[in-house]
Amino acid sequence: MAVITYREALNRALREEMQRDGDVFLIGEEVGEYDGAYKVSKDLLDEFGEWRVRDMPIAENGFAGMGIGAAMAGLRPIVEFMTWNFALLAYDAIVNSAAKIRYMSGGQFSIPIVFRGPGGAALQLSAQHSQVPDPWYANIPGLKVCAPATPADAMGLLKSAIRDDDPVVFIEGELLYNVKGEVPDEEHVVPIGKADVKREGADVTLVCHSKMVKVCTDAAEKLAEEYEVEAEVVDLRTIRPLDVDTIVDSVKKTNRAVVVQEGWPYSGIGAQVVDDIQREAFDFLDAPIARVSSLDVPMHYARPIEKHILPSADAVVSAAKHVCYLD
Amino acid sequence: MATRVVMAQLSPTMEEGKLVEWKVKEGDEVSQGDVLAEVETDKANMDIEAMSGGTVRALLASQGDVVEVGALIGVLGDPNEDISAIVEQAGRASKDGGDPEASGTSEEDGAGDESAATPEAESDAEPEAETAEPEAKTAEAPEARQSEESGAEASEARKASSGRVKVSPLARRIAEDAGIDVARIPGSGPGGRVVKSDVEAAIASGGPAPEAAPADEARAPARATVSALRPARLEEERVELSQMRKTIAKRLVQSIGPVPHFFLTMEIDMGRALDLRKSLNERLARRDDGPAKVGVNDLLVKVAAEALARHPEINASWDGDAIQRHGSADIGIAVAVPDGLITPVLREADRKGLVQISAEAADLIERARNRKLKPEDYTGATFSISNLGMFGIDEFTAIINPPEAAILAVGGTVEKPVVEDGEIVVRRRMRVTMSCDHRVIDGAMGAAFLQTFRAMLENPLELVS
Amino acid sequence: MERVEQEVATERRSQEDRRTRGDRRKPEHREVSLESYDREELHGMLSAMLLSRRFEEKCAESYQMGRIGGFCHLYIGQEAVAVGGIHALREDDYVFTAYRDHAQAIVRGIEPRAVMAELYGRVDGCSKGAGGSMHMFGRDVNFMGGHGIVGTHLPLAAGVGYAIRYRGGDQVVLCYFGDSVVNGGPFHEAFNMVAKWNLPVVYVVENNSYGMGTDIDRVAAVDHLVTRACAYEGMHAERIDGQDVLAMHDAVSEAVARARGENGRPTFIEAITYRYLGHSMSDAAHGTYRTKEEVQAERQNDPIATFSDQLMEADLLTREEYDEMNQAAIDATEDAAEFAENSPHPDVTVTYDNVYADEFPGLGRRDAWR
Repeated sequence: MAVITYREALNRALREEMQRDGDVFLIGEEVGEYDGAYKVSKDLLDEFGEWRVRDMPIAENGFAGMGIGAAMAGLRPIVEFMTWNFALLAYDAIVNSAAKIRYMSGGQFSIPIVFRGPGGAALQLSAQHSQVPDPWYANIPGLKVCAPATPADAMGLLKSAIRDDDPVVFIEGELLYNVKGEVPDEEHVVPIGKADVKREGADVTLVCHSKMVKVCTDAAEKLAEEYEVEAEVVDLRTIRPLDVDTIVDSVKKTNRAVVVQEGWPYSGIGAQVVDDIQREAFDFLDAPIARVSSLDVPMHYARPIEKHILPSADAVVSAAKHVCYLD
Repeated sequence: MATRVVMAQLSPTMEEGKLVEWKVKEGDEVSQGDVLAEVETDKANMDIEAMSGGTVRALLASQGDVVEVGALIGVLGDPNEDISAIVEQAGRASKDGGDPEASGTSEEDGAGDESAATPEAESDAEPEAETAEPEAKTAEAPEARQSEESGAEASEARKASSGRVKVSPLARRIAEDAGIDVARIPGSGPGGRVVKSDVEAAIASGGPAPEAAPADEARAPARATVSALRPARLEEERVELSQMRKTIAKRLVQSIGPVPHFFLTMEIDMGRALDLRKSLNERLARRDDGPAKVGVNDLLVKVAAEALARHPEINASWDGDAIQRHGSADIGIAVAVPDGLITPVLREADRKGLVQISAEAADLIERARNRKLKPEDYTGATFSISNLGMFGIDEFTAIINPPEAAILAVGGTVEKPVVEDGEIVVRRRMRVTMSCDHRVIDGAMGAAFLQTFRAMLENPLELVS
Repeated sequence: MERVEQEVATERRSQEDRRTRGDRRKPEHREVSLESYDREELHGMLSAMLLSRRFEEKCAESYQMGRIGGFCHLYIGQEAVAVGGIHALREDDYVFTAYRDHAQAIVRGIEPRAVMAELYGRVDGCSKGAGGSMHMFGRDVNFMGGHGIVGTHLPLAAGVGYAIRYRGGDQVVLCYFGDSVVNGGPFHEAFNMVAKWNLPVVYVVENNSYGMGTDIDRVAAVDHLVTRACAYEGMHAERIDGQDVLAMHDAVSEAVARARGENGRPTFIEAITYRYLGHSMSDAAHGTYRTKEEVQAERQNDPIATFSDQLMEADLLTREEYDEMNQAAIDATEDAAEFAENSPHPDVTVTYDNVYADEFPGLGRRDAWR
């Protein structure tokens, strides 16, 4: 086992997959000579050359479409968006082409493409640079959407995404790139569509993904220390398809749930998780399901307001207490 | 090549058009784009144009005719080509008629409209033997989920009249499994919601006491009776007797017949006993090896045993020509189970502490509910207790289980105004009725036992001394 | 009041302009010698044009009879652009187009039966009935669709070009699109990348003067669309008469040769053409944004008539041969329509087919109540 950062884990996944399969290539802004805006693609240009690691002009719609066309011709492109905020310009290509060509062609063409980049708030980047793309893509049939929280999961899921024959939206996080964690030395592949219980507990289920996993594990510690409530933290890892079975098994055990997500509440990922729980575990619920999300406003620039807008461990603790009837 | 001129669908909602006027006659030469006819649609008058050039060979509709969309109204073609086949087809089509929405029965019927509507397999009359029924299709569709048993609960909830009971789904289920009326359990959740801990407390105490939850919580408001939650429906139904019901009937007939019953009622102040129980449970909760909480019934069992130890004449059986006094107080605890009643026995309750009694009782009750009791578990009691307080009963008379000499019927503990030192105060009172076998027990004997029973409950510290 | 009158006057003036615009629109004549073709090739092109024409006419009829639903964009009048271009390709080259795709699909090699069945929404359609008129696909013949959003297939074509270069191949991509595309983002983003990296793509704009109901002159800030390519150095560009099938074939052949191989360069061809019917079956052929006179005038220049006249004058085609080809086209079309009529509607059990290529746990898990 080595301890590496999330960014290094992604780098390793990219390198291993590009070595493994000559059809895999990477395009995006700054991915080549700059080594990647967030250094995720460090040294890849040197190793693989400019046809396999190509710097793009600032034209997201254009190069996302180009990637999709290359996938139609049988290659396995990875398209990096510097952040998912900019990918809105490519939303038509992702939704109308990547997600649909297989269905519309009666199965003749597959689009084995990965779109990846960081999503969500970083620090004081303001309204246009802090958006959470999760629900915009999780809504679309034809896409798969992943959002790993740890280095090991990031590495394993990116490999699965690259090997998958369907278009995968892969959501990282600027604030996650420096997170350290253990990764196995041998090849490590994490299946798409499987959640992971990051912490076991019998009193309340906390469902989360991406940056919210740390928020929830912090909250779980507080709940245990101060209230003797043992929380079970379920990390979704993939948000489309959702691993409903793991979520429901946990709620059947604890009888109460708090669903935590970054991003706005209306039609956010949390809303879907709540729907699945109430439908499949209704008789096991001792309290209504609580949700913690970002506040329903664009991201403010000022530090204290940003902090207030984002979900915190304290907010999760309050919600957990509420569903445990401890408030 | 011959071209069909059809009544075109000139607007999405158009189903038929009236031919107002032909702008050409048979024999005219037309080019693509020339107007052939003026048609009145549901929206406006519009032109039908020639889709290609040719000679007008036939006009098959008359001015003023109302024609369905898709029907043939004319033919263009070369001056000499044979168009009889096309015209024949049209003739047949207009005879078959039918509106555009009807399923296309043959190729000649040009009025089919299947592609506009969703192509349901049923509406397409062409033989599709392999098409399954819609239900089967639903079943084959991957993992489609339908409504679950929550529907029954929903209907029950809807039928609640005044005073809707708020219960969490989990609490409701646990209460149902335990045979407890959820409406009688005070809820500690928001708005008086009954939650899992409330039901568990009710089960452990053998019935809902007003402070099943921590005593300083706001009291839950008075609730509607349990019947509000049940669907109101009577039906003629012949219910086969289960083994249990047959046994109950046989034995109790054997009892009520030959055994001369008389009944003694007493009201007991439960204040101190409940306070003692509460503080005991708080202490137990802090222990790491955590025995489960002690319930009210456990207290009653212990007190009864202690009282029997002081009144051995009650702990006895009629034996035909003698009275057999027993060497230990083996208390039968009446448990309601899905199709009846069973009374497992807590042996030597006079020699066991309260916590041990509580643990054993819980085990017996669970096994009783899961039908896992062995005969030695439910035979040989020397005295029985039956508690219907959790079902809202104030007091009742029970039938003695032979060969025991007595049975204690316990009602619910309620708050009521009583007079103490000339003042009206609120106290928690419980009414018990003891049924006695007059062959073994006389009135004064029974009364003395009950006085000891009451004294111990009202002064529980004496129990531990 | 004065303002309105002025506007009306301007409008009328521009309408007149349109009528006499013919001269402004007309591209330079491209001299192509008939001798550089053999009789079979020429007949092949004529047959393909006839098949397209008859097929599209049949579509009009079928649409009016309610057999075809949704949007239906017909290619009548533009046959030379599809035939001239696609007949210049190799079998292993690729073809992209937008939603006016029936002719390109058939000319490229998708069976007319499969195209008609797709239009009818039946299981034997080339896209299994899942795509419809705008989404014809034929992987076997490298027909890459059939795309509904204006302009967004141009980057896709660039992507196939990238894949060709990536693998060191020498195929080319022929990508058709309509005139309005040149004003939109994807056009520029694709052209920039294709020109920068010399991707083997031949882009052909089918300039029929109208983006749906809007005359291209009213919204494009260039006179000739071909000018747009000047912003992308390295891209060859030319403007040709799209109603002349041989000019089309010649220009595309050159462009394709120019693109092939590791030193290849892309080309942008503006093909001046015209559609005789409306934008789609819901749009009138004339009377709204086009005058009847304009349409009639364009019809004098019918590419099929012009080509067959040219061949007959050069003794490369007899009347009988023409009639035979035309009849073959009619027969193929009738056969396609009958086939489509008899092909079954898809059953609801196919609803989830092909949403994903790879495993997707819980597909349809939330779908209920059917």
